[in-house]
Amino acid sequence: MSRGAAVLFDAPGPRARRTSLLVSLIAGVLIVIGLGWIIAVLAAPREGPGGLELPGMFAPTRWDIYSDPEVWLFIGEGTLATLQAAAVAAALALVFGVVLSLLRSAQSRWIRIPTAVFIEFFRGMPVLLMMLFILLAAMTGQFWAVVWALALYNGALIGEALRAGLAALPKGQREAGLSLGMRQLQSKLLVEFPQAFRQMLPIIVAQLVVLLKDTSLGYIVGYNELLRTTLNNLGSFFGNRYLFSLFIITWVIYLAMNLALSWFARWLSRRTESGGGGFNFMKRGARGGPVLPSMENPAMDAAMRGAESRQVGQGST
Amino acid sequence: MDAVFDNLPRYLDGFSVTLLLLAVSSVFALVLGTVIAAMRISPVASLRGFATVYTEIVRNTPLTLVLFFCAIVLPYLGSTLPYVVAAMIGLSVYTSPFVAEALRSGINGVAVGQAEAARSVGLGFGQTVTLVILPQAFRMTVPPLINVFIALTKNTSVAGGFFVAELFTIGKELANARGDAVIAVLLGVATFYLLITVPLGLAATQLERKWVVQR
Repeated sequence: MSRGAAVLFDAPGPRARRTSLLVSLIAGVLIVIGLGWIIAVLAAPREGPGGLELPGMFAPTRWDIYSDPEVWLFIGEGTLATLQAAAVAAALALVFGVVLSLLRSAQSRWIRIPTAVFIEFFRGMPVLLMMLFILLAAMTGQFWAVVWALALYNGALIGEALRAGLAALPKGQREAGLSLGMRQLQSKLLVEFPQAFRQMLPIIVAQLVVLLKDTSLGYIVGYNELLRTTLNNLGSFFGNRYLFSLFIITWVIYLAMNLALSWFARWLSRRTESGGGGFNFMKRGARGGPVLPSMENPAMDAAMRGAESRQVGQGST
Repeated sequence: MDAVFDNLPRYLDGFSVTLLLLAVSSVFALVLGTVIAAMRISPVASLRGFATVYTEIVRNTPLTLVLFFCAIVLPYLGSTLPYVVAAMIGLSVYTSPFVAEALRSGINGVAVGQAEAARSVGLGFGQTVTLVILPQAFRMTVPPLINVFIALTKNTSVAGGFFVAELFTIGKELANARGDAVIAVLLGVATFYLLITVPLGLAATQLERKWVVQR
């Protein structure tokens, strides 16, 4: 139904188009008025404690610290700390994900079932609780508490996505590997795994966006990442006056980082979907390339959808 | 282990606050998310644009930042809401785009042929949507929606970082008070979370299996 609406009703005639335009205009005006009202309320000077008049949120006295490069240096340090934690955690999460997906799809049930329990446990627990746990029980310091918790949690989710990818591969892939004389593990690592990884790449990158967002939980367990650096450290150093402007700047930085990663994920998934750029051999058959009939693979689509639906929000702290 | 059983009443206090946060926020997130999803698929361009921008912005804002805004920036701007209510607002707003996306993906997941077939046998727009599209979309939407609420359950713990005495906060306090039994105390907290998330997760898997639309 992606191109849905066109099928649901007839192409709009002149009258329907006019109504639609009218509603569009009215809604647009209402939205603009609403936003304008919020901005006006924020900009208006307000009464502080003891009848003191405080300047509005956009008054220059609330924004004057940003001409000081020192402030930006601080903010930069915070951003760097956030990115550092995210990068280390992402690398570890990928490693965990690969290992877990291999264990989870192992032959022996003595490996498979404990791994499943392990994954369920880590998926069902708040990341914040894990951070606190690691901080208090393992006494690793804030940085590693944040990193380990994020790595374990996202590793479990990535592991599940990869397993779904492995399970959805055509059986022939494994059989071909085995028939060439590979052992189970060899066929898994050399034949099946690269394909599953490539298929699930967009989901994995989307999970990394979640990971990046979740580094901000470090604020609560005391790791000096972006949020803590700006809103806590700078906020208490320069005083409450700058809380709002600091909040806006922090928000913009987070949005920039996350949107960039999200768009990258979307671009990747488009690439894998359309088969452009030599990424996807699965669908090239449709354009007449040489491809086995069994490669048209609905199972992989189902696995993608399953993993996606499980991910949608699942890791959305 | 006695650290857990001795403090069971406190655990239950925290657990009830967590459940309250979960219940209220899921209702509001569901309402808000449905509105956003409806705007997103409406024929009116400005509503679609607004819903898209809203979804993108809220989804890419960390929850910690949202709750920071609700708990610390809002009072500074002059609001006098109690922290629990502020946390509920924050959690609802944060969860709403995920709800909207789940609903939308359900509707998008219905094969175009279904709508075409409905149209070709002469059903009108209303009939196509209510008799053919929505029943199928609903089946596909419930499991991902459950997953959104599982995430919300876990996300309520973040409210604990902002002056709401829910399960996470209680766990933190108990762990500080009982330095000798940190692991037991925190495993106790984890158990309470798993008490909500695991059954919900199993329900989602079951429903997904049972309700999968055969093609």
